[in-house]
Amino acid sequence: MRTSAQPHVALFDEPGPRTRRMIRLASVVSALALGALVGVGLWVFASHGQLAADRWTPFLQWSIWSYLFLGLRGTVEAAALVAALGSVLGLFLGVGRLARTRVTRWLCTGYIEIARTVPVLLMIYVMLFGLPQLGLNLPVLWKLVVPLTIANAAAFAEIVRAGVLGLPSGQAEAASSLGLSRGQTMRLVVLPQALRVVTPSLVTQLVSLVKDTSLGYIVAFTELLYRGQVLASYNRLLIQTFVVVTAIYLVCNGALSAAASGLRSRTRRRDPTGVVPVLPIIDTHVA
Amino acid sequence: MGIFVSDVGSLLAALGTTITMAVIAGIGSIVLGVVITAARISPIPVLRGAALVYVQFFVNVPLLVLLVVAVFALPDAGLMMPLTPTAVIVLTFYEAAYTAEAIRSGVNTVSAGQIEASRALGFTLLQTLRLVVVPQALRAAVQPIGNVMIALTMNTALAAAVGVVELTSSANKLNLVQAQPILIFSVTGAVYMALALAIGLGAGRIERRVAIKR
Repeated sequence: MRTSAQPHVALFDEPGPRTRRMIRLASVVSALALGALVGVGLWVFASHGQLAADRWTPFLQWSIWSYLFLGLRGTVEAAALVAALGSVLGLFLGVGRLARTRVTRWLCTGYIEIARTVPVLLMIYVMLFGLPQLGLNLPVLWKLVVPLTIANAAAFAEIVRAGVLGLPSGQAEAASSLGLSRGQTMRLVVLPQALRVVTPSLVTQLVSLVKDTSLGYIVAFTELLYRGQVLASYNRLLIQTFVVVTAIYLVCNGALSAAASGLRSRTRRRDPTGVVPVLPIIDTHVA
Repeated sequence: MGIFVSDVGSLLAALGTTITMAVIAGIGSIVLGVVITAARISPIPVLRGAALVYVQFFVNVPLLVLLVVAVFALPDAGLMMPLTPTAVIVLTFYEAAYTAEAIRSGVNTVSAGQIEASRALGFTLLQTLRLVVVPQALRAAVQPIGNVMIALTMNTALAAAVGVVELTSSANKLNLVQAQPILIFSVTGAVYMALALAIGLGAGRIERRVAIKR
């Protein structure tokens, strides 16, 4: 029986008694090495008094958490806006890149290639320092959301395109032989299946988008990292505050990542060959 | 174009910083990524778990948080280094998680039949890896690694947020003096696009050169 802990492809046979001994030995040695690494880290922190109880007890107060959770709300708000705007824009761009009209194709391809290869921080600097010089000063939230939407729309478009291209061409051929127009084929046959196949990738992109909202730190938008920074400069507990901020990011994004890999394995289970995408049966399960 | 000429020295130096950071962090993250992937597919449960934890940590925590921690918080614990090396180290650790995923996706493209065949021929685990899996996995991973390297180059810009003087921050400084945002920021964007294009073309070339002709 292959358990889920084992890799996708079985690289090695069921180990015999000698190999099992070797594995046990290697496990002990590597556990000791990793433990030593953690130990040295803790020792460095302890020797500078960073592990002292009075530096951590402030985080037992609800007021600190509610202060940080207000930042988390900003993170969620920005991420939701970027996800909504970026996925709609990305859907059109991804389909447009596959359009028959050359101009549409070129415009969409050009946008995607440019937006993918310009750093988001550069676009944020344009919002912060460039546009105000030209008399256009957006609200703080939009200084963050606009650059992130521009960048993430390109990422969403590439995922959509991969899904459409990954669908067997027989689907679109069958649709057009039934007399559906190209638009109808895309809307009624291709996209519903393609989007279902790429759902895990879309969720993974959501994780990267939530991470991107930490750039709100630069535009001084009230999100988690910015709140953490303000809190740390107030209580002077830099390491402790950022450990807590990191942990919050880990929990939120870890849940999203787990959802993505859950969706991925569910698709694989339903369709072990991976050739034919999941059939569009009406699904009562809400993912 | 005159505004670029007056500051050409500092702009070229800043571009140099960006490229140096990308090259060092790129090589570092590929080496570290190979080590992590090796641990990830090894038969030793402890190493496999540690590699999984490593990847999950860096995939789920924003790079900017790590940079802020390394630059502003870690000195409190006595861990202090010059600014640019700190940023390069953080970038290396961060992108190594993504390179590891790219290499692992390459390992997953090697079909189970290949591995079963090599085991049927009596190859040991190391022989299977060295002679069958790694040669095919690395070829399949060239394009994904290239994409990670492009993302890494874009991410060097984040170092500007913690004070490293590289391309993005010096473009910003130039704009604050010259007040020509459209020109300055589009030229800077074009430079990043050129870097990404160079990496993409390079990856394509390597992929074609190492491809197995069947």
